[in-house]
Amino acid sequence: MPNVSMTVNGRNVSGEIEGRTLLSEFIRDTLQLTGTHVGCDTSQCGACVVHADGRAVKSCTMFAWEAEGADIVSIEGMANADGSLGVIQQAFQDNHGLQCGFCTPGMVMSAAALLQDNPDPSEAEIRDYLEGNICRCTGYHNIVKAIQAAAGSLRAAA
Amino acid sequence: MYDFEFERPATVADAVAALRTEGAQVLAGGQTIIPTMKNRLAQPVKLVSVGGIADMSGVSVGDGCLTVGAATCHADVAAAAAGAYPALASLAANIGDPAVRNRGTIGGSIANDDPASCYPAAVLASGADIITDRRRLAADDFFLGMFETALEEGELILEVSFPIPDAASYQKFEQPASRFALVGAFVARSGGLVRVAITGASDSGVFRWREAEAALSDDFSRSSLNGLALSPEGMISDIHGTPEYRAHLAGVLTARAVEAA
Repeated sequence: MPNVSMTVNGRNVSGEIEGRTLLSEFIRDTLQLTGTHVGCDTSQCGACVVHADGRAVKSCTMFAWEAEGADIVSIEGMANADGSLGVIQQAFQDNHGLQCGFCTPGMVMSAAALLQDNPDPSEAEIRDYLEGNICRCTGYHNIVKAIQAAAGSLRAAA
Repeated sequence: MYDFEFERPATVADAVAALRTEGAQVLAGGQTIIPTMKNRLAQPVKLVSVGGIADMSGVSVGDGCLTVGAATCHADVAAAAAGAYPALASLAANIGDPAVRNRGTIGGSIANDDPASCYPAAVLASGADIITDRRRLAADDFFLGMFETALEEGELILEVSFPIPDAASYQKFEQPASRFALVGAFVARSGGLVRVAITGASDSGVFRWREAEAALSDDFSRSSLNGLALSPEGMISDIHGTPEYRAHLAGVLTARAVEAA
């Protein structure tokens, strides 16, 4: 079987794949990084969002071999070095931005991508950016609040 | 999904050679073909990714044209075309969602020619040229019907060249669940010539609304559309809208586009 190599959360990894192996499957099954969730597997729900070379992508709608040589960051890469929650993760906890938590990995990765491009987004910009992330618990209000709080903390730290 | 072979060439020449395999298909951003393959509605023997071909990505402006590499993702078009062709940038910025826009490409969109996709309206209304590995096609000759284009077996789109109009706007009404265009209207005025392309509405895919073009070329104002209506004949009928509804929406959106242009 062919082999693929990439960087995931700063670590060089490689593994055997098939042509049809999705990036989400490589991350979850081969690398055992099960924080990346697969909700719909049809690129609608956004639970599987990771960053590929700094950009948010739906890992269920990308083949593992397309990520050859790429720099991938998954939810496991969002924690601080000591294992404590990163700024955005902490903001989700503080603002009750999750209930069942299934969509949260994708929400956090999308939020991180948004704040990278736009450090001070308006509520409308946050809601617009989350178009491809579906949450069936929260009604989104506290997710928006969490991202606003995270944006404030990140700006204060910058 | 059935398994398949894959290649990730670094040059156009290698991609074209790889596409000579029978049953080979181009993989651009994968935002349509991967879901289609999961449903076993497509079964390519081999996928040839153009994601690693640097020459096929990027936006350039010159000689009154904005040229977009076929493998340029929507997010990059939204950013790079904002100055030279804002109506095109805004169209690109409203396809799908941010993660889809980071992968989906213009070449993939127009090669697939989904009747509810946005880019075909821009390509047709702008009178853009589609440059492939073997020829240059005018937009008027490219789109042949729903999911049908003039592309031959193994033909690879390299870039799309848009003449930049004096004024343009794209307006769409999103299907509330999928956010695809239930109907979209792209209006482009260059001097006294106006082109209007409607997507999402017709059973034959994207089309030019010639009566509206003639009226708007005489007088580029919303009121010159008064009394003009598209026939519901040949319009898409599904659970999201009747042919009459789509024909009506096309008129409303064209008027909005004229106002916004």
